[in-house]
Amino acid sequence: MRGILNCAGYIPFKRLERASIQEFMGRTVASGARSVASHDEDTATMGVEAARLVLNSWNGEDPQTIWFSSSNPPYMEKTNANVLHAALQLPKSTRAYDFGGAAKSGVGALQTAVSSKETVLLIQADTRTGLPSGEDEILGGDAAAALLIGDHDDGPLLAQYLGGASATEEFIDRWRSPYEKNSQQWEERFTTSRYLLLVESAWEEALENVGLDPDQIQSVVVSGSNVRVTNRIIKTLGVEKVLGDLTDSVGNVGAADACLRLTRAIESSKPGERLALVVASDGIEILIFEIADSYTQNPITIDTQIATRSEVNYQQFLQWKGMLPVQPPNRPSPARISASAALRESDWKHGFIASQGEQSNLIHMPPARVSASEKDDIDTMQPIAMANTNGHIVTFTIDRLVYSESPPVVFAVVDFVGGGRMPMEVTDADVESIHIGMEVVPTFRKIFTADGIHNYFWKVRPTRS
Amino acid sequence: MASNGIKDKVAIISIGCTPFREHWDKSRDDLVIDATKQTFKSVGLTSADVDAYWIGTAQSGMSGLTLSIPLRLTGKPVTRVENFCATGSEALRQACYAVASGAYDVAMAVGVEKVKDSGYQGLNAFPYPTAGTNRTLTAAAMYSLVLPAYAEKYGIEEDELRMVVAKIAEKNHFNGARNPLAQFRRETSAEQICEMAPVAGRLSIFDCAGVADGAAAAIVVPAEKAYDYTDKPLFVKALSFVSGNGAGLMDPSYDYTTFPECEMAANDAYLQAGVSDPRKEIALAEVHDCFTPTELVLMEDLGFSERGQGWKDVMSGDFALDGVLPVNTDGGLKSFGHPVGASGIRMHYECWLQLRGEAPPERSIPETGKKLGLVHNLGGYPGEMVSFVSIMGTEIS
Repeated sequence: MRGILNCAGYIPFKRLERASIQEFMGRTVASGARSVASHDEDTATMGVEAARLVLNSWNGEDPQTIWFSSSNPPYMEKTNANVLHAALQLPKSTRAYDFGGAAKSGVGALQTAVSSKETVLLIQADTRTGLPSGEDEILGGDAAAALLIGDHDDGPLLAQYLGGASATEEFIDRWRSPYEKNSQQWEERFTTSRYLLLVESAWEEALENVGLDPDQIQSVVVSGSNVRVTNRIIKTLGVEKVLGDLTDSVGNVGAADACLRLTRAIESSKPGERLALVVASDGIEILIFEIADSYTQNPITIDTQIATRSEVNYQQFLQWKGMLPVQPPNRPSPARISASAALRESDWKHGFIASQGEQSNLIHMPPARVSASEKDDIDTMQPIAMANTNGHIVTFTIDRLVYSESPPVVFAVVDFVGGGRMPMEVTDADVESIHIGMEVVPTFRKIFTADGIHNYFWKVRPTRS
Repeated sequence: MASNGIKDKVAIISIGCTPFREHWDKSRDDLVIDATKQTFKSVGLTSADVDAYWIGTAQSGMSGLTLSIPLRLTGKPVTRVENFCATGSEALRQACYAVASGAYDVAMAVGVEKVKDSGYQGLNAFPYPTAGTNRTLTAAAMYSLVLPAYAEKYGIEEDELRMVVAKIAEKNHFNGARNPLAQFRRETSAEQICEMAPVAGRLSIFDCAGVADGAAAAIVVPAEKAYDYTDKPLFVKALSFVSGNGAGLMDPSYDYTTFPECEMAANDAYLQAGVSDPRKEIALAEVHDCFTPTELVLMEDLGFSERGQGWKDVMSGDFALDGVLPVNTDGGLKSFGHPVGASGIRMHYECWLQLRGEAPPERSIPETGKKLGLVHNLGGYPGEMVSFVSIMGTEIS
């Protein structure tokens, strides 16, 4: 038996109320809110957060390979999955590949993983936008999903994969030149007609492959390139219970949309239920799962993340999406990082691995060879992982002078539970709400980009509860 | 702390200082030439009479060529030094030790910084390749951490403490207004400063040192030869320097209300000079007021105030021109401006003027019979800094 061993979604803390687009642009738009990646988040950092939720609540072996999917990867040419591999502190023997580009690549990676023989950690993330007041901006969302796919020998399955079907056909639905920021879309009436034709036969084929009647599928999860097509597919399939919808709270998350919706559906399913994931993206993909009788799920569900949020206004949203360039502080912009220095410091930089005195137990952040305590001999420090250790704010300041893509910068001296202190940037925080004693948790973020090289490191953010 | 010191072994026989300004019309070389020319002239020396040189600059040049080329020095040893914002003092310290060792009879320390050619506000960063994990916080923001920490530790309302540090800026502007070389020569009230928009924590731009171009220079000779050059030399009583180990940033017991490097440097200097009660024995102090909370904490770290009492002493006017211990009588970094490499020597320049009775009457310290001046110069941030302290005196004891 093969299937999903664990899964989690990551919804960034920030939301844009769609009403604020309406207010600014003066045209009626859909209701609800969309999720917004912070200025220091990209698809790699959000992917890391989702994958940490999966691995932190997984007791089995490390995955043998990780596949990263996004239609908006931080790098072309360079493998983005390597950044995630480093942040997750996976062994060198774990393979890391990008499985991305098209929106369909997310579900493609899932189809491939369920028919593979390896334990695969799928990490999928997307950031979506479009021209102001356009449908992609309004209905798009930023988020990530991570699914650990493997055999029941690897550990108890959350959801068993029963089988599925695919239908591939070349027609023009959505497209974007590699050099463009915004996607374009052919008239929905045409594309919807093609998807509906394809889904009918694929649905029949999928049911036949798993040997089930339609009424033996209790719920359906539908992800598609636009709302019209998903609504029509839901009607066509005739399965009453629709799970995993995120249209009103997150938006369509492109390459991560199918797996994020599937994750939310699993989080709200009952043991023994069968659910079908149907994806309309440059063809049709169908995967049918059965929820295990008993399972432990990642405690930080998508719904709890949807409930913990903070709003951005439309001006800030446009600024973060690069649609409204603003005057930066009159300070030199940062220089690109050094590849060799970043490699030497990789455990610290990517994995937030500090060092601890063997005798003194004093935690050194950043790690050091020579202890600040006389009790420890030189070069006797032991590594200590800090990425999952909470801390609290000892004191803080607001820096309005320093270069930032979104000033002002909140900086705090953070004391970690069990020891370790570091002055760190606080992200995802409302300036007014910062206070001494505030509980914070490390988060993997993009510090800046220079010369096309992204500088990833750790900040802290307030705990979300 | 173990240092032997060089008390009364060397003396400063001449110091010069350019105005600290946005010198759009002067190059780094112009500033170096202006400062050294003035310094040579006042004792009738030429560059050939000096045996060895130290040039301090944080970012405006590399190597001894920074000085030897503009001065057209021939066959002279010139060393460029850098020690963050204590660079100027470092140059002077090295020149003093060189003379004390007997290696040279006449040494010159020069400090210079040409900051304003960058086109950016504030000081320039130190750009060397890194892994990108270093802290990016501005110095202003790092020092702004002192205010809430000090307020909490000593049970003071933050608003009240904010006014205390604004009073420090008010005092330094008052003094700077009486200093023709200072960058900012307008008096500013603490109330006005409190009303300004914050840029880092509670601090406004007027809580920060001025950013200026400038240069300063000093000539050092053996103490026994000092009177060959001038009737009123300044004898070096103490030179101390502490480079921190950065533990403050990772030590949960560090509370941002003190700079241990400064306290250690001060204690060493007092031992060298034989000073037991600095508040009573020191005639004036030039201290590193890079940000207003820095000067507050320094009053305690240098032993001028009891722990937790510095803020009261500031409000009592103890450190004003007519106070019990005048501090930053030339306006300090706040008002005089802060060309990084030059500031340390500029501080000694003010001691030179005041102890010799040559400061302009409108900012002369009262005659008290005290013969010692103290200079404190630091570089870095709370938790990781370098600190310099010197004590100068008008008489050999």
